[in-house]
Amino acid sequence: MAISDDVIVIGGGLAGSMSALSAAKAGASVRLISHKESTLRHASGLIDVLGYPTEGDQPVVNPFDALDELPDEHPYTVVGESGIREGLALFDEITGDLYAGTHTDRNALVPTQQGTVKPTARYPRSMAAGIGNDRETLLVGFESLPDFDAPLAADHLEAVNVPFASRGVTVPFPADLRVDAKYTRFATALEREETTAALAETVESHLDGAERVAFPALLGRDNDGSVRSSLESHLGVSVFELPGGPPSLPGLRLVDRLSEALDAAGVHRSTGVPVVGRETAGDRVSSVLVDRGNHTPHPYHASEFVLATGGLVGKGIDSDRNGVHEPIFDCHVPHPKDRYDWFCGDAFGDHPFARFGVVSDGELRPVDAQGTVEHENLRAAGSVLGGANIAAEKSGSGISLATGALAGRLAAEAI
Amino acid sequence: MVNAPTVLVIGGGSTGCGIARDLAMRGFDITLVEKGNLTNGTTGRMHGLLHSGGRYAVADQASAKECIAENRILRDIASHCVEMTGGLFVQRPEDSGEYFRNKLQGCRECDIPTTVLSAAETRAKEPALAEDVERSIAVPDGAIDPFRLCVANALSAQRHGARIETHAEVTDVLVEDDTVVGCNVRHHTGPGKRTHRAPGTTEEIRADYVVNATGAWAGQIGELAGVDIEVRPSKGAMVIMNVRQVDTVINRCRPKGDADIIVPHETTAILGTTDKEVDDPEGYPEEQWEVDLMIDELSELIPVLRESRSIRSFWGVRPLYEPPGTGTADPTDITRDFFLLDHEERDGLAGMTSIVGGKFTTYRLMAERISNHVCEQFGSKADCRTAEEPLPGSEDFEVLRDHMEAFGLRSPIGRRSTQRLGSRAEEVLTTDGPNPVLCECEAVTRAEIQDAIDQSGTDLNAVRIRTRASMGNCQGGLCCHRMANELHPEHEEPTVRTALDELYQERWKGQRHALWGEQLSQAMLNHVLHGTTMNRDHDPARQETLDFDAFDTGIERTRASDGD
Ligand SMILES: Cc1cc2nc3c(=O)[nH]c(=O)nc-3n(C[C@H](O)[C@H](O)[C@H](O)COP(=O)(O)OP(=O)(O)OC[C@H]3O[C@@H](n4cnc5c(N)ncnc54)[C@H](O)[C@@H]3O)c2cc1C
Ligand SMILES: Cc1cc2nc3c(=O)[nH]c(=O)nc-3n(C[C@H](O)[C@H](O)[C@H](O)COP(=O)(O)OP(=O)(O)OC[C@H]3O[C@@H](n4cnc5c(N)ncnc54)[C@H](O)[C@@H]3O)c2cc1C
Repeated sequence: MAISDDVIVIGGGLAGSMSALSAAKAGASVRLISHKESTLRHASGLIDVLGYPTEGDQPVVNPFDALDELPDEHPYTVVGESGIREGLALFDEITGDLYAGTHTDRNALVPTQQGTVKPTARYPRSMAAGIGNDRETLLVGFESLPDFDAPLAADHLEAVNVPFASRGVTVPFPADLRVDAKYTRFATALEREETTAALAETVESHLDGAERVAFPALLGRDNDGSVRSSLESHLGVSVFELPGGPPSLPGLRLVDRLSEALDAAGVHRSTGVPVVGRETAGDRVSSVLVDRGNHTPHPYHASEFVLATGGLVGKGIDSDRNGVHEPIFDCHVPHPKDRYDWFCGDAFGDHPFARFGVVSDGELRPVDAQGTVEHENLRAAGSVLGGANIAAEKSGSGISLATGALAGRLAAEAI
Repeated sequence: MVNAPTVLVIGGGSTGCGIARDLAMRGFDITLVEKGNLTNGTTGRMHGLLHSGGRYAVADQASAKECIAENRILRDIASHCVEMTGGLFVQRPEDSGEYFRNKLQGCRECDIPTTVLSAAETRAKEPALAEDVERSIAVPDGAIDPFRLCVANALSAQRHGARIETHAEVTDVLVEDDTVVGCNVRHHTGPGKRTHRAPGTTEEIRADYVVNATGAWAGQIGELAGVDIEVRPSKGAMVIMNVRQVDTVINRCRPKGDADIIVPHETTAILGTTDKEVDDPEGYPEEQWEVDLMIDELSELIPVLRESRSIRSFWGVRPLYEPPGTGTADPTDITRDFFLLDHEERDGLAGMTSIVGGKFTTYRLMAERISNHVCEQFGSKADCRTAEEPLPGSEDFEVLRDHMEAFGLRSPIGRRSTQRLGSRAEEVLTTDGPNPVLCECEAVTRAEIQDAIDQSGTDLNAVRIRTRASMGNCQGGLCCHRMANELHPEHEEPTVRTALDELYQERWKGQRHALWGEQLSQAMLNHVLHGTTMNRDHDPARQETLDFDAFDTGIERTRASDGD
């Protein structure tokens, strides 16, 4: 039986989920095809819009004031301020009380497990108590979790001159887990009341006047709210999480929330299968070919398509010794001919590879090297779009949700 | 010896470390100075082949005979640094049958054990070989870890009273009355273990004798002493694959050529190499064609290499030497033999000898020869014992291997740890607190990192070469910061930060030559993790104070000031 929908979204990360939700909201029947787990598994769970200007080290206070300086090919220049606001509004509606930051346009400076602070637009509710006040803070790390060294992070925060005093302490994990247990098992263990109580008891003896306590972001797999409030009532002070990863619990919690929203919106989902090619008719895509493990790939038809397969990390952009390409539609991906021009010498330099991705017109349709639209009914969203250095700018999730929401709505409107 | 003569050894490669051990065991008072960490030079940038001698069996039989003799010794005294993989010289249809027969004949003449394998036997042993290979010669090649070997030599020297100073660069050679009497040394962060951000100092080190074991840099030390040493540095490239495609050393059976050998190492396989003369042992170009050549040529032997993931590339410079007037045009024709240059005989400058050329496999023999020479200067009759006495970590290693799960580590981790540590495993892995794995790719635990930190201070690159942490698929993206965390609280936060930055930059350097496909995706992941999640690229600790009040002041304060 032929499979046919109004809109097919390829890629189930943040951008693909936002596209699917926004297209469904505009009334389309939507199918989301996704191969592997999204980048959110690795990500901190923070939703950055724009943290740093193109040049300079001073963080941006208000991302909307800094959009003018971005280059023409930047996805934010394509979608404009209204596009970003539309994406944020949809994100806020979906995530509800899971996230905070909606009360202002200004960036928050979120303390991290590294002991830095980083500018972001939306942060998990579990991190909110760490933002913007001067209460003395105790950082708590666990002996068996080597990513986060609480005393070191506290000293680093000191070097950052944060407006609060901080101390760090390392304690044994309150449950008997193998040192090589999965991160998620630590999180799940903390959901048991007796574990939380034991942890609180240990931490209490180190409080020594601290008014807030910070833990690495693993306070509960699903029920982070109740783990936090249980700790808070035991300790009598507020508790928050510090972002880090991978793996990242806040990222996983966001994945779950998006998944619930997709189900609620009636989006059809095909998961665990890759799109391996496409069929075209004239200047339109007629179907995408899905490898379901049979002999021949199966065509999935739709009137509109959204490409949200991620960047180099998600594998929406691929490369070999000779060049960089977009594997499904073979959309144009600008890149220097010589692969030694893809990077710079400094590990934290402004690497050209960080900007690799497809180029789009004003309606997010990928264009070829001459600027001609590749396919009338194909749009792109998220990290598969080039032109932004999300690591340096701190703009990854913001781009994904802004371009995702817009591409989905435009696709639905085009039916 | 009462008032043992003092000897200053310059260079912390295999040769220098070997000399320090040998002379210290013979009772000399040794100081070794090395401008970087141990293996900073060619020794840390070589292929890691424990030669059977097979490669030289046709063209350079003297070297071949030395190789097989030393090969046998190292298996004995350095068992925890050696993996006896065995090696094959493989003939393809287009390779000469006559050369194959010459190779076989040559090996026999040099006492190198051989077995001829048919095409079917060859592919049964190494299934990844191309289907059309014709036959092969099996020889006792092996893989050897140069880092572990140098560290073990240095440790042994220390146990015999030597002073080992890394990050200590010779800036001048002191000459009085046509005699070398010592050197000026600049300690990058003061004497002893390295500590980032500590101020540098200089020291005058006087010695009764100086041994110049700086390999490709020997000419520079010669210049400081006012003598000419004609080293002809020649660079070679190597490409590291993410998995071990072969379990045996694979050589192409044809006369010398580029890109004709693959050596399996731990979890990886290393392709090599090229041979091109350069002017400066540090400032030479690392070129794309060398990487491409390696993959293209060696794919003829192992076709999967074309599609495989390489994780980094690196280059080394051979310290080739020619006696004045030889004038060989092609560096591949320059002898691989080593030379002992007594500057008194040669240049009328007493008190110093240089040792140049040679191979890693014959480091012990080179050390023995030059130590004999030093003994002659002082009329010492002490015998060389380095061929019999096992290196630290190597004693009873066989027994230890049977107890690999003893430390509560999962068996693959326990096995890898005890292989790396040899007989030191018990001492290192016995800890009080939890011992989590810090580097997943190479299975390195906290205890091993802590042990390496004890030995090398804040120098995380030295920790890396001691433990292999950060040398796997992720190239440190997931573990660099964990390694740095271990420096605290003994070292302060700014020092830890600097040490982390240095390791991260070093890991980046070699990856650049493997940036396509999976490895480019990995690089992007690392970039985003360290940039976006950790904000290390814009670390506000490096900047002026931020105006926190200009930013989001939090839900509570915002609500309060809104008046609700
Ligand atoms: C370590 C890390 C930390 C980060 N930290 C932050 C942060 O702190 N703040 C922030 O704002 N952003 C952060 N980001 C960036 C942010 O997570 C990404 O920019 C964003 O999630 C990208 O979303 P995406 O939907 O475009 O792509 P992805 O999440 O990569 O999703 C692409 C999806 O498409 C699927 N796919 C690919 N090819 C095919 C195919 N052929 N067929 C079917 N499906 C396919 C993939 O399997 C995947 O599920 C971080 C990213 C990383 C890696
Ligand atoms: C590409 C390549 C592949 C190779 N593969 C193999 C192989 O598979 N098997 C094998 O047996 N051999 C191999 N070799 C050869 C082998 O690596 C070398 O012969 C051997 O490592 C040389 O060791 P060394 O100690 O003499 O020199 P180095 O290791 O170069 O040591 C010299 C040291 O002196 C230090 N130094 C320099 N100047 C100063 C100063 N002013 N003050 C203080 N210190 C200073 C340097 O930092 C350096 O660490 C290979 C060589 C190359 C280039």
